[in-house]
Amino acid sequence: MSFLVDSVIMFTSQVLFFGFGWLFFMRQLFKDYEVRQYVVQVVFSVTFAFSCTMFELIIFEILGALSSTSRYFHWKLNLYVILLVLIFVVPFYIAYFVVSNIRLLQRQKLLFACMVWFTFMYFFWKLGDPFPILSPKHGILSIEQLISRVGVIGVTLMALLSGFGAVNCPYTYMSYFLRNVTDSDILALERRLLQTMDMIVSKKKRIAMTRRQMYQRGEDQNKQTGFWGMIKSVTSTQTGSENLSLIQQEVDALEELSRQLFLETVDLQATKERIEYSKTFQGKYFNFLGYFFSIYCVWKIFMATINIVFDRVGKTDPVTRGIEITVNYLGIQFDVKFWSQHISFILVGIIIVTSIRGLLITLTKFFYAISSSKSSNVIVLVLAQIMGMYFVSSVLLMRMSMPLEYRSIVTEVLGELQFNFYHRWFDVIFLICYSIWEESRPSKSQP
Amino acid sequence: MASLDRVKVLVLGDSGVGKSSLVHLICQNQVFGNPSWTVGCSVDVRVQDYKEGTPEEKTFYIELWDIGGSVGSASSIKSTRAVFYNSVNGIILVHDLTNKKSSQNLYRWSMEALNKDSSPTGVIVSNGDYDREQFVENAVPLLLIGTKFDQIPENKRGEVLTRTAFLSEDFNAEEINLMTGFTDRKRFNFKSLHYD
Repeated sequence: MSFLVDSVIMFTSQVLFFGFGWLFFMRQLFKDYEVRQYVVQVVFSVTFAFSCTMFELIIFEILGALSSTSRYFHWKLNLYVILLVLIFVVPFYIAYFVVSNIRLLQRQKLLFACMVWFTFMYFFWKLGDPFPILSPKHGILSIEQLISRVGVIGVTLMALLSGFGAVNCPYTYMSYFLRNVTDSDILALERRLLQTMDMIVSKKKRIAMTRRQMYQRGEDQNKQTGFWGMIKSVTSTQTGSENLSLIQQEVDALEELSRQLFLETVDLQATKERIEYSKTFQGKYFNFLGYFFSIYCVWKIFMATINIVFDRVGKTDPVTRGIEITVNYLGIQFDVKFWSQHISFILVGIIIVTSIRGLLITLTKFFYAISSSKSSNVIVLVLAQIMGMYFVSSVLLMRMSMPLEYRSIVTEVLGELQFNFYHRWFDVIFLICYSIWEESRPSKSQP
Repeated sequence: MASLDRVKVLVLGDSGVGKSSLVHLICQNQVFGNPSWTVGCSVDVRVQDYKEGTPEEKTFYIELWDIGGSVGSASSIKSTRAVFYNSVNGIILVHDLTNKKSSQNLYRWSMEALNKDSSPTGVIVSNGDYDREQFVENAVPLLLIGTKFDQIPENKRGEVLTRTAFLSEDFNAEEINLMTGFTDRKRFNFKSLHYD
């Protein structure tokens, strides 16, 4: 009986998540495009729904909601479905839409899509070889094989995004780094921009007029015959076109300048708006948060370095360790079991919510930057793939942040994956990405 | 050369509808082989004989200001774009016939461009929503151009044409529909833009 009730609850929540994914797709991602292939929207929402269900099951595990057998069942079911979607459905559709875009292969779309999919599967399988992720006693098609590979890709993505976030975070949140921008600065830049545009216009007018005159003269030229006429036509067009190419080069340089000026002006406007925003109440609140986030970023970098240098893998999670510290060193006695449950719930909840929100925002920005009306379907599917792998890996890594008693559900189903490997891999990639992003960031803070 | 009158025309529309290709075709009489994203604004010039062959023949420079970006851009980009909207003589609105949203976004594009023009003279009546009244009294002529007509399958063409006819009525604008890869120069006829 309770199994039925639990299943109904799970199903309702899945439908809710599906609806949320659908809305997000329509309102945010595809707001400038027409949805012509509904299959894309469905696949995206399904991936989103099943990923969120995974998180929901972890929360239920901590809270002790639903009976343990039904949790276990749903966890396994969910995992199978999501692996099916991430490895079979989404790549196949990506292949199908990519092939539809290429004119040459229109005839045998399905055949080519299958071929591309098989290539993908081959490389996906090969991915597992260089990494020590599995003990050899697992079979070929076991769930651990698939999850381990998905995990590697996903953890790399997470580390990439975290590295980028860690570099950007202080500068985005804190107003300390904002340059002072006055209205007159902006006006001066705008004036320069308009002057450059005027120069471009006047040069282009010269080119157009010269061309028109050449064209008109050219028609007269054709009527001239004789040796002298030919010589004249050769020399006059020579100087004409030489002049033209000279002016054209100047125009190209000016156009490049106008683009730079435009981008600089946009930058100044954005800074000015941020300064105004930071004076508001909300702005001050974010500024305050920014300090905390920056300290957290610095701490993460520090911990990653220590983990690698001292070849250490954290055994206890922050919650248990925090409680240990408070009990042993500060001597405050409290009901450990009760508080550990609540604190881990809050901590895990925050991690889940911020990672979902952060990923959706990053995906949206990425989508706006690179999509066009032809490729929007393919890009959305690629984003769905990234999202699925990201969420699966965050479940893997989250195991570290939970006390031992709650890790059981993850460990039970995922068997003997070498979780430590993933943490080490994350630290390594995170540090590499952080250093790369930090080095390549153009230094904007000037005295 | 500078003694010729200048006519400034804005070319507005969403990203990827074909504004840069269109401008290149009008001014260079060639198909643009390698379009890439327009950053900021790119200008091109065409020398046009107005009322050719009549005694009132006059030669004009038509400046086509092709402004890049999308209608949902950040407000910093919008305020920077606004410097290009000064003293405009005409607006060409470009939309992609295969993408309905690009036609809907034209309302917002025209509001953005026209509000800049009317602010010194009058009060801005609407709060950004589309207001038909503004277009009726609008002194700036509008031309509506739809692109990629040949990419629409044959059976849907009638429905698309009806939709664009309604659209051009809303804007009180003239309308032209174009194909991709067009090489026929006679397709557009800028004599249809009348200046008083």
